Order: sequence, then structure tokens, then C-alpha cells
Amino acid sequence: MTLEARNIHVTLKNNAILKGVSLSVPKGKLIGLIGPNGAGKSTLLRAILGLVTPQCGSIVLDGEELSDWTLKERAKKISYAAQGAPVHWPLDVRHIISLGRIPHLDPWQKVSGMDEHLIHQAMIKTDTLHLIDRLVTTLSGGERACVMLARAIVSMADYLCADEPIASLDPYHQLQVMDILQELAKEGHGVLIVLHDLSLAQRYCDELVLMHQGEILSFGDVETVLTPENLDKAYHIRASRWQENGDSFLSPWKISGRPRH
Amino acid sequence: MKINPPRLIILLSLLLLVIAFLSLFIGAADIPARDILSALFGTSDTATEIIVLELRLPRVLLGILAGASLGLSGAALQGLLRNPLADPGVIGVSASAGLGAVIAIYFGLSSVFPLSIQIMSMTGALLATMILSFISSRDSSVLTLILAGIGISSLATAAIALTMNFSPNPMSLQDMIMWLLGSLENRTMADITLAGPFIIGGWLIMAGVGQGLDASSLGEDTAQTLGINLKRLRMKVIVGSAISVGATVSVCGAIGFVGLVVPHMVRSLIGHAPGRLLVPSALLGAILLTIADLITRIPVGHGQLRLGVVTAFVGSPLFLYIIYKTRGTMR
Repeated sequence: MTLEARNIHVTLKNNAILKGVSLSVPKGKLIGLIGPNGAGKSTLLRAILGLVTPQCGSIVLDGEELSDWTLKERAKKISYAAQGAPVHWPLDVRHIISLGRIPHLDPWQKVSGMDEHLIHQAMIKTDTLHLIDRLVTTLSGGERACVMLARAIVSMADYLCADEPIASLDPYHQLQVMDILQELAKEGHGVLIVLHDLSLAQRYCDELVLMHQGEILSFGDVETVLTPENLDKAYHIRASRWQENGDSFLSPWKISGRPRH
Repeated sequence: MKINPPRLIILLSLLLLVIAFLSLFIGAADIPARDILSALFGTSDTATEIIVLELRLPRVLLGILAGASLGLSGAALQGLLRNPLADPGVIGVSASAGLGAVIAIYFGLSSVFPLSIQIMSMTGALLATMILSFISSRDSSVLTLILAGIGISSLATAAIALTMNFSPNPMSLQDMIMWLLGSLENRTMADITLAGPFIIGGWLIMAGVGQGLDASSLGEDTAQTLGINLKRLRMKVIVGSAISVGATVSVCGAIGFVGLVVPHMVRSLIGHAPGRLLVPSALLGAILLTIADLITRIPVGHGQLRLGVVTAFVGSPLFLYIIYKTRGTMR
């Protein structure tokens, strides 16, 4: 059971954004999608979610083409945490999280006892129970990220895609969100996240996919992908590496060249 | 957030009943409440029956239909466009309906055929609706929709000005202005038969959009990944509100502010979730318009207060008050 992108080509306004990209998200794995700005990470994520239609290639969900799934059935299978966690009205946290149950409800249906139970579980998992009656406009960035994560996981979808879930969070909340995502993968969900933090990518992800100029430069386990050559080629940086208690660490250290424009 | 939505709906429905009855009760002829009731049930003498059923009832019913359309469309459009400043005027349908009416008055069509103003006006609204639904079927963003609406609105307003500019005589100019200020006076069951099906049809098209509007508050991408068909949602809200508001304007004239203010008033009672606002906004719109129509019956100077003037005068101070009270929550 996997969520797969097969040979995806996406061209937007005559710019080739994705040039034949393939990737697979198996259940039970946390996959980090990394690469410099403009490499096509978000577009790939949007294509996998069915928000962009690729000119060529296919998205395959549990063995069937995504286009054969209805919007509702897709929504039950794949959930999405958007970049920046937008909320356009000052809604309360309980209501926002309950919106995650929409794929399982008919247009007129209200959340039932079963839904309430799942909402409660998602709030425990994301440590947001104490926020339940707060308006989203009164939350800190970290609290908001956790609430949006709760909203994404409450649908009980097999796969979760998150676009930069830890961008602009403090270290505590970065670790908290990564812990939650890792926990989800361990429970058997397939988790695909776009990341910029290479240290956390190395520390948490089961596998990495490194994108560069609309193509996949490297993929596989952390050691295979985060080599000095790959970092130099994709990011034009050198990283400092060290070991502590048997764990490897990495931190971006120095610019090694200039990106070609 | 002080009242739960079902309770608010019951409360508003009762209030609407009371005010509607009050509106039946107040008029030039003094008719006791008991006689009004018996007239409604068809057990009264002919004179009372004619006054109640043919003069007052159409006015009350039309006020309710119109107010509910404006309130409902305002709430639905604000939810769809995720913009608290949206109102039925923003999609350009009101101005287009106004243009149709003004053209009918210009050519003096109503002397040829009695309902021509209403029919021309409805044609204007339907044309605008067709343009809008064509644009929204092209997978365009909500911003494009707002801008297209403003474009249509400005064009129609310019054409109204042009028609007035060349109006054949002062009388028809006055007719145009009076029509544009809105009124429920002298409406008959024929108006309701003409506009009613469109108004209610528009409501039915909008039925069930609440969940999609709620989901849209998380952004369009997220709404789609929650299984919402955005194109269909946009189509339902735009076409539904265009048809019901277009039909409303065609029989009542332009009535500003109800669609903008009512959703804000409801928000201050039950919070911002767009789906929950729909039914209470329709009820409160009906209540406000019926009250505004009651106010127009107060004799002032030597003229008659017009409905659109009253709604704007009642609506704007209320609007300012609500905006002042909730200034902290809207970010």
C-alpha cells in the first residue's frame, strides 16, 4: 500500500516545474522532501494531492490512479496540512479541528459522538486540549501549527502530506511537531513532509527525497542523500558533521558556491 | 458567542412571525388584530379580506422573501469570497437588475405591459449571472470573481447614469430614481408570482453549501483536500445568490446594506463559522427588512421614505457599532 508519483511532468505558464519526478510514500514511513527554494517540492506535493494536474505521468493511490478516486474518497485517504496554516475567519479551535472530519460527513451532517471522540484523540496527540475554546487568532504560531496538525490527522487518513509544517516555529514546537509526525508514521501512516531544516530531516526522516531544478537528485536513506556532493550540487552549501553517542548530526555551515540562475 | 445556533434560529423565527403580523396590522385602515387573523383564514368580510390579503399580505411576504434573499446571499458570498466586505452588490447583479428597470422606465414600457419593469430588471440580473457563472466555470480564483463583479457593477452603474442622462422627461427621471431607492409599496400577488419562484429557486441552489463554506475558511487547497468540489461550490453560491437577489431587486428596487450588515450581526451572536451563518442571516435579513418597511410608513414631510434609504440608515450605524465591538477579533 503506497502513495506514488510516477514520472510527473508539470509545466506552469511555459515553465517546466517538474521534469519527470517519481516518488513513493509507503505506509509506516516518514518521508522528507527536501531541496532548495524553487526546486518544485510544493508543486510535487500539490500534484500528489490532486491540486495540480500533471501534463504527463500519474499519481497512484493504493494501486489505483488518483483520477479514478472521487474527491471525497481521496480526502478520506490523504490529508493535507497547508503551508502557513491559513484560517480566514476567527474560528474556535474545536470547530477548526472538527473540519477535518468533513470527508466522512454528508453535506448536512453534523459531527457525531464518534467524531467527537476522534477529535478528542487528535487533540491529545497534538497536545492542544487546553486550547479547545480559544479563537485561532489568539494562538501563537506554535499552537496554531499543532492545531492545524490535529485538523489534518483527525480525518484518520492513511497518508498525510504537510508543506513546511515547522517553518517559523521555535525549537520546542519544531521538535514537538516532528515528534508527532514520527509517531504517526510509527502508527502506520505514510507521512510526506516538505522540509528545509536539514538537521531535523536527518534526525527524524526514514527516507529523504532531494529535489533540484524540477528533478530528483537523490533519494533513499538519510546517509545516501545528505552527502557533501549532493548538498554542494543542490544547495551550494557545505555542512558541518559530527557524532555524539553514536548518532550523526549535521548542520549547514558555509556557502560553497553560487546558484546558477 | 453567546447563543447556540439552533436556539437563535428558533428565536429569530418567532421574532419574524411577530413582526410580520405587526406589519399586517399597521396601515391606513384600522383593522383589529382578530379580523386580520380571520382574514388570513378566509373567514372575514370581503372588504377586510381585500385589504389584508391583496394589499398588505403581498407587501409583507415580499419583504420577507427579499430580506431573506439579501441576508442569505450576503452570508454565503462573504463565506465564499472569505471577505467580510462582500455583499450581493459586489457580484454586480443588483446594478444589472437596476439597469434593466431603468431602461424599461426610459422607454415607458410599463404603460404597454404592467410587469415590464420587473421583467426587464430580471433579464438584466440574469445576464449578469450568466457572465459571472461563465467566469467562475473557468476555474478562476475568488479574487477574479470579485473583480469581475466590480467590473460588471461599474459598467451597469455607468449605463444607468447614461440612461438617466438622456431621460426623456423629468417625470421618468424621478421614476428611475424612486425605483432605484427601493420600495415594497403597492406590490401585488403578481409580483410574488413573478419573482417568488426565482427567489426560492436561488435559495434551493444554495442549499447545502454550508459545509463547503466552512471548509473554505481553511483556504481553497485545504478545502479541496477535504473533498469539497470548489467549482461546484462557487457555482452554487454565485448563481444561487445572483438569481435570488436579481429577482428581489427586480420587484423591490435596490435595497442596500442588508446583505452586508446582517451576517456581521449574526457573527456577533454565534461566531464566525460561515456555514452556521446562513439560516440565521436569512431570518434576520427578513426581520430587518420588514422593520425597515414599517419605518417607511411613518409620514415624513411631504414625501414618502424609501426602503433603500431606511435600510442604509438603520444598517450603517449598526454596522459601525458591531465593527467597533468586534474590532479585536478580525485580523
